[in-house]
Amino acid sequence: MLEVRSVSKRFGGAEVVSNVSLGVGQGAIAGLIGPNGAGKTTLFNLIAGSFAPSSGDILLEGAAITREAAHRRLKRGLGRTFQIPKPFAEMTLIENMLAAAQGQRGESLFANWLTPRRVAAEERANAEKAMAHLEFLGLARLAREPARVLSGGQRKLLELGRVLMADPRIILLDEPGAGVNPALLDTIIDRVIEINRRGITFLIIEHNMDLVARLCGHVFVLAAGRMLFEGAPSEVVRNPQVIDAYLGTGST
Amino acid sequence: MLDILAYAAFFLVTALTYGIICLGLNVQWGQTGLFNVGVAGFVAIGAYVSALLTTPETAGRFGGFGLPVWFGWIAAMVVSGAAAALIGAITLRLRADYLAITTFGIAIAIQLVALNAETLTGGPFGIGFIPRAFGGLEDRPIIFNLANLAMVGTVTALLYYALERLVRSPWGRVLRAIREDEAAALSLGKNANLFRIQAFALGSAIMGLAGAVQAHFIGFIAPENYISTLTFQVWAMLIIGGSGNNRGALLGAVLVWGLWSVTGAMLAAFVPGEYQARAAALQIVLIGVALAALLVLRPRGLLGEEKMISRFLKG
Repeated sequence: MLEVRSVSKRFGGAEVVSNVSLGVGQGAIAGLIGPNGAGKTTLFNLIAGSFAPSSGDILLEGAAITREAAHRRLKRGLGRTFQIPKPFAEMTLIENMLAAAQGQRGESLFANWLTPRRVAAEERANAEKAMAHLEFLGLARLAREPARVLSGGQRKLLELGRVLMADPRIILLDEPGAGVNPALLDTIIDRVIEINRRGITFLIIEHNMDLVARLCGHVFVLAAGRMLFEGAPSEVVRNPQVIDAYLGTGST
Repeated sequence: MLDILAYAAFFLVTALTYGIICLGLNVQWGQTGLFNVGVAGFVAIGAYVSALLTTPETAGRFGGFGLPVWFGWIAAMVVSGAAAALIGAITLRLRADYLAITTFGIAIAIQLVALNAETLTGGPFGIGFIPRAFGGLEDRPIIFNLANLAMVGTVTALLYYALERLVRSPWGRVLRAIREDEAAALSLGKNANLFRIQAFALGSAIMGLAGAVQAHFIGFIAPENYISTLTFQVWAMLIIGGSGNNRGALLGAVLVWGLWSVTGAMLAAFVPGEYQARAAALQIVLIGVALAALLVLRPRGLLGEEKMISRFLKG
């Protein structure tokens, strides 16, 4: 599904990601962990196209997307959320959702004047779909509130919902559990599993090992920009190198 | 009484042409956040393009194709919009300060071309004998002004309606999304640069239309009409009326043009002739003071930006 081949990224003299390779199979939920500064979010940004790698290749369903602009990747089925959620704060939840729908006729300037009825029909269909997703995420009663009123966890859910509007085949989640209260965390985990059941692949950055263990079948561990280890969650927590990297004992 | 009516119509026609420019600037600044400091340049392009196409043939000057006025209007929009699209594509990202510097420079360049390219623009003397809409009624000022008011009013109303539809459309929603968080909009598949260029071109096309409408109302254009003062006036109108609000743009245009006209008349009446040129600077000062006062009292303008909801989601 997603393949990262020997990708490196340098910012000036600092190599933030060095020679990282990973593969995520169709229908999997894979985890990406590592201490702060390990390069996880940078790797996400490379996969999502926020910037291009210094070297290496990124393939989505066999097609090289290494240098494709960020705004084209969702059309290919790759969606992402952000570590610090980026809702459109002054827009209502339903509008946040509608903005995410792909291939909208109404986004072309002249269609709004020349074919208003088709735009209206499309908009109604998208609104229905958006409400269904909001319902699924437990946000439906807030649909007409501006997104700025949401709590941190609700923002994570809204971002997930926005991505769902685009019918992605793989979703990159950046720390879905960070700053989320335990009750809402269960909702998020639950919804991710449910979405995955519909055949959508996930790659998840997360620090909360409990969450990783509950969700992920396979875990990649990054440390100082390199791939330190990969395996099942149970192997990861027992691996001395990983324990070292997280606890920073540094010896041996 | 009839004189007052004729003047009121004349005043409103002029104010509405400024209102049209303001609507264009509102698409760029109010909706998209594009800092265009070259408003006068795009108005000038529209005015000159339409004038060249519609005037009768003139010895020693290019153009004079004698085409109909409506054709000039459309061409003015197309050329101004295309020029803006080109500028937008070159200064691709259109980031705030760079766009401001670029547009400022381009407006000055356009004004200088108008001033110096005599075979094209008539140089400092400008272009006269621009066919006026309802020109046959010119010897009856009241009817002439009222007919023009009806026409310009209709154009403004149509434009207002078309733009209001856009503000509430998926297109307008993308612009708001980009303004709120560009990285998120990109991650949702929105080509931010393309939308910015579209908004910039649309706004400039509207400014070009306003330039052509003005030119055909007055019947004469000259480079001095398109100096930075015009840009300043239009910005003041939009900020005072309420940026992000199309009704605010129109209200601001009428109010500021009213203030400008009243103070102009007072200067002419009370200031001795030899000081008038200098006293005219007071008009700009006055607008500046009004702007500053308003920004203290009502930072969002008289009519602030409205909460926009897709027009299909009411109820």
